[in-house]
Amino acid sequence: MSDNQLPLWEVFIQSKTGLPYKHVGSVHAADAEMALQNARDLYTRRNEGRSIWVVPSDAIVASVPEDEDSFFDPSDDKIYRHPTFYEMPKGAKHI
Amino acid sequence: MENLKLEELFQEKLDREEKIEPKDWMPEKYRKHLIRQVSQHAHSEVIGMQPEGNWITRAPSLRHKVVLLAKIQDEAGHGLYLYSACETLGISRDELNEQLHTGKAKYSSIFNYPTLNWADIGAVGWLVDGAAIVNQVSLQRTSFGPYARGMVRICKEESFHQRQGYEIMAEMAMGSQEQKEMAQDALNRLWWPSLMMFGPHDADSPNSGNAVKWKIKRESNDELRQKFIDKTVDQAKVIGLSIPDPDLKWNEERGHYDFGEINWDEFYQVINGNGPNNVKRLAHHKRAHDEGEWVREAATAYARKQTIKKNVA
Ligand SMILES: [Fe+2]
Ligand SMILES: [Fe+2]
Repeated sequence: MSDNQLPLWEVFIQSKTGLPYKHVGSVHAADAEMALQNARDLYTRRNEGRSIWVVPSDAIVASVPEDEDSFFDPSDDKIYRHPTFYEMPKGAKHI
Repeated sequence: MENLKLEELFQEKLDREEKIEPKDWMPEKYRKHLIRQVSQHAHSEVIGMQPEGNWITRAPSLRHKVVLLAKIQDEAGHGLYLYSACETLGISRDELNEQLHTGKAKYSSIFNYPTLNWADIGAVGWLVDGAAIVNQVSLQRTSFGPYARGMVRICKEESFHQRQGYEIMAEMAMGSQEQKEMAQDALNRLWWPSLMMFGPHDADSPNSGNAVKWKIKRESNDELRQKFIDKTVDQAKVIGLSIPDPDLKWNEERGHYDFGEINWDEFYQVINGNGPNNVKRLAHHKRAHDEGEWVREAATAYARKQTIKKNVA
């Protein structure tokens, strides 16, 4: 029989309020509710999270690794976006 | 780009200790090697639930029972983390299951040994999880990102597994004469199979060449085995049990224990399907999978109905 393992969902967990959601892995589930429950059972058995996102894997759009260089190139030569670019007069503090 | 050039860049990346992520270019052989290794690892976690599950209903106290349940539930989790990592390499869960069922994919031979009594549950946690930990700690530095991350998560959970096993062994070793004999007997039976978990000696290990070059494997079978022996021998001493190896002795010069020759004949017998429980383990897995078919069907039908309802409303 062809794939009967139910659709794939990617799981993101926030461990504490104030922290970003982090990708932890995936689960198989028939619908969103089941995906959430499976993600809870699988990835938060020891209070690792206080909030979970599940996203159908095929809904994720990702940049292509082969294009990494050209894709991120526009930011390469803009060193003036970093504070170290600027010369501060001697004696200036807390800046 | 030429494959040769790509492969060069790939190796340079590895040499800089950078991780490989699922969508990155990788040699087909690297992908195949990982699918084989990660799926074998996943299958081991899942099949490994059987010898322990065998004792849930007969655990000697409620405390032992909840602990064993939690431990086995973790192993199911480990299997799923690893299947999840493996699927990022472009193989479906169904194919993975099928490879297990047809015998194309293996799982760790240790789980083909029976758990005859409660002391075996102690010995499994102490020795089998103990050996797995040594291997998995090393794999936290493996080159494929999802596999390495899975290992970090697994290692955090494993230390309780080994401690609960060692606690059982200690309880029995310090109990009645009969209990102590049971503990020693379990150690006698599971010691050598645990050493075999690390695989053949480096000199006879057919898969390790590329695995080392590609940084999938970070330490050799013999190095890992030695680490396990060195720490376990002392743990046995603490609870007054003796390791069933007449050749075992401390080697001052090496700073390690020397140990006797492993019965590789037995190792290959079990790998090739002639272990005490190979047939039973696979049959049980297949049955559980088939009997779950209606659940998957019902869940799919329910999800379909919900979507239709939503679209109509
Ligand atoms: Fe495990
Ligand atoms: Fe474990």
